Amino acid sequence: MKLGDVIEILEAKLLAGNERHRSLDVKTAFSADLMSDVLAFAKAGSLILTGLTTSQVVRTASILDAAAIIIVRGKIPAEETLKLAEELGIPLISTRYILFETSGRLYANGIVGCVEKIGGTANGAS
Amino acid sequence: MNRSYEKTFSVEGGNFDNAGMASIEIKKILKDLQISDDVVRKAAIAVYESELNIISYARNGHITLYVTDDAVNVDVRDEGPGIEDIELAMKPGYSTATEQIRQMGFGAGMGLYNIKTCSDRFEISSTVGEGTHLSIKINRNGQ
Repeated sequence: MKLGDVIEILEAKLLAGNERHRSLDVKTAFSADLMSDVLAFAKAGSLILTGLTTSQVVRTASILDAAAIIIVRGKIPAEETLKLAEELGIPLISTRYILFETSGRLYANGIVGCVEKIGGTANGAS
Repeated sequence: MNRSYEKTFSVEGGNFDNAGMASIEIKKILKDLQISDDVVRKAAIAVYESELNIISYARNGHITLYVTDDAVNVDVRDEGPGIEDIELAMKPGYSTATEQIRQMGFGAGMGLYNIKTCSDRFEISSTVGEGTHLSIKINRNGQ
């Protein structure tokens, strides 16, 4: 799916990035408000779905080579966060859908989790 | 062994606004050195978690990057409270993070564990009341 389709499905706004980003190919996503978990589990090229709007979201996405950030629940990040996203070339999208709906709508359209479940090593689960 | 590149970055404890700046610069350096994407990403994550740890817990610290023909090495030293029980601190989910750290989306107790996961060799030592030292090695060619 193209990022442009993602924006359309989520009735979202592209707050940072340019028209060229709309043709970016995306296949996977990771949803979390914990950047620690994003760093531990998200994969390169994935969409990062989150309700967090601090500049740390942008830096985390940049470190991971994420495809784009999708801010949920209609939140609009501070100007500083948007500026950083522009600087680091990370497209940032805002949708009014809640995290559950955002994830579900993308999944229904073919986007899958960048990992399906966490194996026996993390979180002490074995 | 030839060190093809070396640079040290200073990180100020408590300076949350700049959290991640050193990591992003290090990532750019590694990309410019034409190191493979997978190795760059693992190194970037390990450095980012280390940087966040210094900012979150220590007074100040230094991150030294040195790249050789066969590995990316990261040496992290901080002046801070140190870690009393390293085994416990390494456990996923264990955290002593403050509310400020959690508000940024961190402090989930994944940091040291995540650094170890990204490393091919990871060593940690700490002296309570003095500071913590991490030695991280990521192989450039395969595992």
